[in-house]
Amino acid sequence: MSESKTDKYRRVAYYPGCALEGTGHPYNRSTKAVGKALGLDLVEVENWNCCGAMEVKNVDPKLQTYLSSRVMSIAANQMRMDVVMAPCNGCYHNLKKAEHDLAHDPASAAVVDRLSAKAGHPAYQPGQVESIHALEWIKGAIGEDGLRARVKGGLQGLRIANYYGCMYTRPRNIFPEKDAGPGSESTAKPHFMDDLLAAAGAVNVDFPLKTACCGGAHTLSDSDLSTKLVLNILNAAEAAGAEIIATECPTCHSGLEMHQIRAEKRFQRKTQVKIVYFTQLLGLALGLSARQVGLHENVSASRELLAGKGLG
Amino acid sequence: MPIHEKELIRPEDLRTHEQLTVDGVDVSGHWSTFIRSRVVTDYNEAMQEEVAALPGGEFIHRCWQCGSCTNACTVNAVNPDFNPRFWIYLVRMGMEAELLRDKDIVWQCVSCNKCTHICPRDVNPEGVMKAISHWLELKGHTPKSPAMVFDEVFSDQVIRRGKIEDGRTIRRFFARTGQALQQDWLIEMAKRLVRHLPIGLLARLGFSAAIAPRTRDWSRARAAIEEYVQAEHAAQRSALGLDAPDSPATTREGA
Repeated sequence: MSESKTDKYRRVAYYPGCALEGTGHPYNRSTKAVGKALGLDLVEVENWNCCGAMEVKNVDPKLQTYLSSRVMSIAANQMRMDVVMAPCNGCYHNLKKAEHDLAHDPASAAVVDRLSAKAGHPAYQPGQVESIHALEWIKGAIGEDGLRARVKGGLQGLRIANYYGCMYTRPRNIFPEKDAGPGSESTAKPHFMDDLLAAAGAVNVDFPLKTACCGGAHTLSDSDLSTKLVLNILNAAEAAGAEIIATECPTCHSGLEMHQIRAEKRFQRKTQVKIVYFTQLLGLALGLSARQVGLHENVSASRELLAGKGLG
Repeated sequence: MPIHEKELIRPEDLRTHEQLTVDGVDVSGHWSTFIRSRVVTDYNEAMQEEVAALPGGEFIHRCWQCGSCTNACTVNAVNPDFNPRFWIYLVRMGMEAELLRDKDIVWQCVSCNKCTHICPRDVNPEGVMKAISHWLELKGHTPKSPAMVFDEVFSDQVIRRGKIEDGRTIRRFFARTGQALQQDWLIEMAKRLVRHLPIGLLARLGFSAAIAPRTRDWSRARAAIEEYVQAEHAAQRSALGLDAPDSPATTREGA
């Protein structure tokens, strides 16, 4: 099965999403750079739209299903691709949610059929594409052994807390391939990022808040709550001995960066741990420069720490 | 219903006595606190059906009151008054007056989906929290929450252009909620970002701020979506016995 993924994930439709074109740009840059360094082919979804993020569902959930289905429809019907890869947890979650709802809820399917017809494109049919996260992409296409063979120098025992956030594992019903026995991802204790970074030479600390919530949905509308939740995560990572929190979601990443500063300014709670995208860390391990993986585009200043270990 | 709800005991109904003698026995001390009994008669029998008519609330009837949602809840860990299991109970019982005591915090659900993940009955408590928030707003019990304002500003951009741009969303949200954009922590964040002179990123952000990103040939999708959302919102208002809205919720903002 892993061999088929090696082939299947070699060339995928790439859905960066809105965040990766804005504040999450370093994630976009490093994902593309890592893909290139690993010889993987990313073909951007043509003329894509927003998946609905965490907001549209609160105005209307089925509208979010339509928005996400349009992206998958383009990948399947226009580009004839089998796999859509989204690095953003929000995008990934919404594609999976749309896939699930279209297969199980006739009312959602009816809305998608109607809106697609009026918008003038074929309605997405469940099963046409497989939607995967950037973690599943690298794990499937390259794997730990493949990564170990390609790593130049490696992460030098950098102590990392792997933070996955909410949308990558919850709720369980939209991720039928998780918790499916050996080799599959776990919703309770996700490990794909741990596996990849360990293969790249990092030391993963025992971090209890891997899937805790950063309050990203209310980062601006209820900022004090978000700051409290982020402080829990930062403090737990430091208590576990981490130098870096590795992220795999632009909303989590920006939330941690933003509220690390807000905690300093509003609550006089200073934390030292740096926040870096896992693709940036993999890129550095593969011998890419700090600039190539976009470390200079992060708010959290990790260059000195990483340069001190000969990375970047 | 054999569930003893300690939350149903109102603080003002607790009667504490410094010195108390009952039937000639001195019960001062720990035995001196009593709960004044009260009778509830104002049940709102339509409440469960109304919440179920709003998106996310569809499966509220499945709830067994096991409490897994509250036990898993991110917000409950920060604020014990945030209690999804209890609110589902109140809606199902039609205890509107009790729910209204917590009306100003229901919207604070962060959609982390821990409840929906753990729920053994697939109630989708996260959706129910959103449905209850909408219900409170539609019925006029609460003003539009900051979270709902943000959702509308965001969705409005998506519906108009197919894509969003971070800066625009933030500026419009601060404007609509009457907050200054010059927050000390936002300024500090911007300072730290420009420290490494990410010229390409700044040029990109500046360009997006000037010319909003959009999906090409979006007009037909936009028209279809606007028509759909208006019809859905009208149906929801009608399910709650309300008149048609003055203006559709998602087309209020300028482009």
